[in-house]
Amino acid sequence: MNGRYLTVSALTKYIKRKLSHDPHLKEVWLRGEISNFKLHSRGHMYLSIKDEKSRIQAVMFAGNNRKLKFAPENGMNVLIRGEINVYEPMGNYQLYIQDMQPDGIGALYLAFEQLKEKLQREGLFDDSSKKELPSYPEHIGVITSQTGAAVRDILTTIKRRYPIVKVSIIPVLVQGNSAAASVDKAIRYANEQLDCDVLIVGRGGGSIEDLWSFNEELVARAIHSSLIPIISAVGHETDTTISDFVADVRAATPTGAAEVAVPSLKELSEQLKLTTQRLTRAVTVKRAEANERLTRLRKSYAFKYPEQLMKQKEQDLDRVLEQLSKSIHDLQKQKNDWLTHINKRLNQQHTASDVQVSRKQLSKLTKQLTGNFNMQFRIKKDQFHTVLDKLTLVNPLDIMKRGYAIPYTQGGNVLKSVNQTKTGGLLTVKVQDGQLYCTVNEIEEDES
Amino acid sequence: MTNQESELTFEQAMEQLEELVEKLEAGDVPLEKAIQYYQDGMKLSKLCNEKLGRVEEQMQQVLNEHGEFVPYEVQEDE
Repeated sequence: MNGRYLTVSALTKYIKRKLSHDPHLKEVWLRGEISNFKLHSRGHMYLSIKDEKSRIQAVMFAGNNRKLKFAPENGMNVLIRGEINVYEPMGNYQLYIQDMQPDGIGALYLAFEQLKEKLQREGLFDDSSKKELPSYPEHIGVITSQTGAAVRDILTTIKRRYPIVKVSIIPVLVQGNSAAASVDKAIRYANEQLDCDVLIVGRGGGSIEDLWSFNEELVARAIHSSLIPIISAVGHETDTTISDFVADVRAATPTGAAEVAVPSLKELSEQLKLTTQRLTRAVTVKRAEANERLTRLRKSYAFKYPEQLMKQKEQDLDRVLEQLSKSIHDLQKQKNDWLTHINKRLNQQHTASDVQVSRKQLSKLTKQLTGNFNMQFRIKKDQFHTVLDKLTLVNPLDIMKRGYAIPYTQGGNVLKSVNQTKTGGLLTVKVQDGQLYCTVNEIEEDES
Repeated sequence: MTNQESELTFEQAMEQLEELVEKLEAGDVPLEKAIQYYQDGMKLSKLCNEKLGRVEEQMQQVLNEHGEFVPYEVQEDE
């Protein structure tokens, strides 16, 4: 009999397993009112969800409730997505809340969640399918209402940050029944007709109903299939739409979308300036390095080598020249010696014969010649002196020294006869030391 | 060269400029090449500057109901 009794924990485990295997309890969508709300110091929320007839224990762990956009409180009607499971120590089943929204938009919220899950499963939110935004767009397409604050925010932000980009606005309805179709058409139009390199799709803030077109599948798929990267800018910071999940980049606001879409011209100029400076610095460094290297090389032995080599060669040349000079000198001396030697030998061979004999003969002849000449000279000299002595003896002047005088006629002839003059005739008488001019007084002829 | 350059987008010019700077900064470039890079870089820098300065070319247009783009002025009414 005892075998029929289960332990409490076995039963509890069994029930837990039963509940865990029920797919309907795995994902429960529940509407109800909050009661017995308690926020634990560790961040977990403990509460009951009730309606008129029933209540269920619930817990929302901190990891899940951190994302709540509202503060739950008792009496509040909420929409909940969660899971039913058993808390074994207490043996009670409870609702583990994963997400909670204030009620009032119930159907839309469910639709949102269901579509979100569906598209997520299909991979529309995957990072791998996200396109990169161009760093410097040239043409931005803005898909939004022509008359909203959003378009103004986007345009003023773009103008302020990056006024060199071209902006095309494709006006769409952003709320109402035909809004989704309008946005879808605009996205396809931009892809087919425009050369935009980025699209901003969105609208300003509003109620969830106002933003609803951006939660529609048509828009989500249009965004996903766009070849042009899309920035979604729907609502304000706290609003999140399906479009935001699908878009390549999500911006919190239209202004934020414009900031993401374009760089800041000012920052860009700054960046360009810095890059240009880097360029100049890099090439300057390069040049300095090259210069330094060149200087180093110039100083290096390898570069100095030719110079030193030349010096060495200069020295070599000097030495060789010296050697050459010495060799020539030696050679000359050697040749000279040899010549002398040859001469000597030559002389030795010829002295005995012709030269010596001729020289002796010449010498003898010269002596004879000189002897003869001297003798002839003495003879001639003696003859001359003899003649000269004789001459002296007949020199009239010498005779005149002894008292003789010589008379000359007027005609200049020596007076040898009395007949050569007459009484009163004029005679010139030359004596040793002068002449007398005389007149003949008397003529006496010798008797013969 | 000039024609080719003017066809560059700002992005391409910026990218090329960055590349040149990086090559130069890497340091294993022969000097002649470095000077060439520098000159090309300065041309690109000038080009980028011109593109950044070409504010007057900015254009805002809106698609009208006839499917044509017309100049757009920000409307203040909501």
